[in-house]
Amino acid sequence: MTAMCDVAFLLLTFFMLATKFKPEEPVQVVTPASTSTKQIPEGFMQITLDKNGRVFFAVDNLKAKRDIISQINDDKQLGLTPTEMQNFVNGSGVGVPFSQLKSYLALSPAQQAEYDKKAPGIPTDTTGSFESNELAYWVQTARYHVDNGKGRIAIKADGAAAYPEINKVISTLGKQKVFRFSFITDMKGVPPGTALAAERASGKSE
Amino acid sequence: MAEIEVKGGKKGSPRIDLTPMVDLGFLLITFFMFTTTMSKPKAMEIQMPYKDDKLQEEDKNKIKNDEALTLLLSKDHRVYYYNGIGDDPSNPPDVQVTYFRDKDGLRDVLINKKKTVQNLISQGVLRATDKAIVLIKPDDNSTTEDLINALDEMTINAIPVYAVVDITPVDKDFIKATEAANPQ
Repeated sequence: MTAMCDVAFLLLTFFMLATKFKPEEPVQVVTPASTSTKQIPEGFMQITLDKNGRVFFAVDNLKAKRDIISQINDDKQLGLTPTEMQNFVNGSGVGVPFSQLKSYLALSPAQQAEYDKKAPGIPTDTTGSFESNELAYWVQTARYHVDNGKGRIAIKADGAAAYPEINKVISTLGKQKVFRFSFITDMKGVPPGTALAAERASGKSE
Repeated sequence: MAEIEVKGGKKGSPRIDLTPMVDLGFLLITFFMFTTTMSKPKAMEIQMPYKDDKLQEEDKNKIKNDEALTLLLSKDHRVYYYNGIGDDPSNPPDVQVTYFRDKDGLRDVLINKKKTVQNLISQGVLRATDKAIVLIKPDDNSTTEDLINALDEMTINAIPVYAVVDITPVDKDFIKATEAANPQ
């Protein structure tokens, strides 16, 4: 009995330490699968696109987040309080136009999560204009503050999102001269008998 | 008041029944096993073609008709494809339809294209440095999943050069014409 008890608790300890709870996402997104085995780059900026075409923006870097929100506060004259700015730093991402940013950040995290279900998303189009394309403004501001412009951008797009919606995001990045970025995908096995399978089997790295 | 009866007298400590603790331990193990996300999501890198409004028409890379394959992603996960770049509406290419699937699908189309290009090189029609080039043109009815699946097929079949480009009105006409010719 004692031995079994020991094993049980050893396993328990292992799983407790190995568990990394899923980070809270503003919206539910079902990503398509790909054969890529690359890890997601560290400290990235994430653009989330849900199946209805709503765009959310998140940064995985606490210091940069603080700089970003204070610059946006100054530029857009939002008049955010220190508490609201702290809410942005602690939050997982935003999906509201600048006009609603102050009222959104004033909400508690639970209220924000509830609001995100109906949030309008960040306004986006295929132009590079900061007036109509607020995502372009977010991306430019964030790139300036994350790793001195070297930060990577990851797009987490729902597989069911229509192409014109993802095209808006890609064009926005293109206008910012970002032509290299990553899609976050699920993992899928390499089909046997294909060129990629042969390459992986020969031990060549990607 | 109940008194705790210590068995065994002075000889040693009382025996504790461990079964409930073990039960609890295994319950927690099960919980953590189910909540653990062992496989992290992966990142698929993509390099888009460089685009600049100031770019002159003659600066753009010219693709030879023989080495190009154009894929038009359309509704219901359909893929229309034809050889060449389809820039000549007066001479419409042979547009065919396929789907994303492992057998008799897009993958076979790409493998055949690579073979065709290899043959053309050995026949001296194309130069040895030429490669199969795939142009992916998603239309407004396609989804993100189609785009990512198409890009993934490029990796799976080791297509060296591919690009996601905007669909042209000519290509949209090709899709319409093909749909009209093959009523479902």
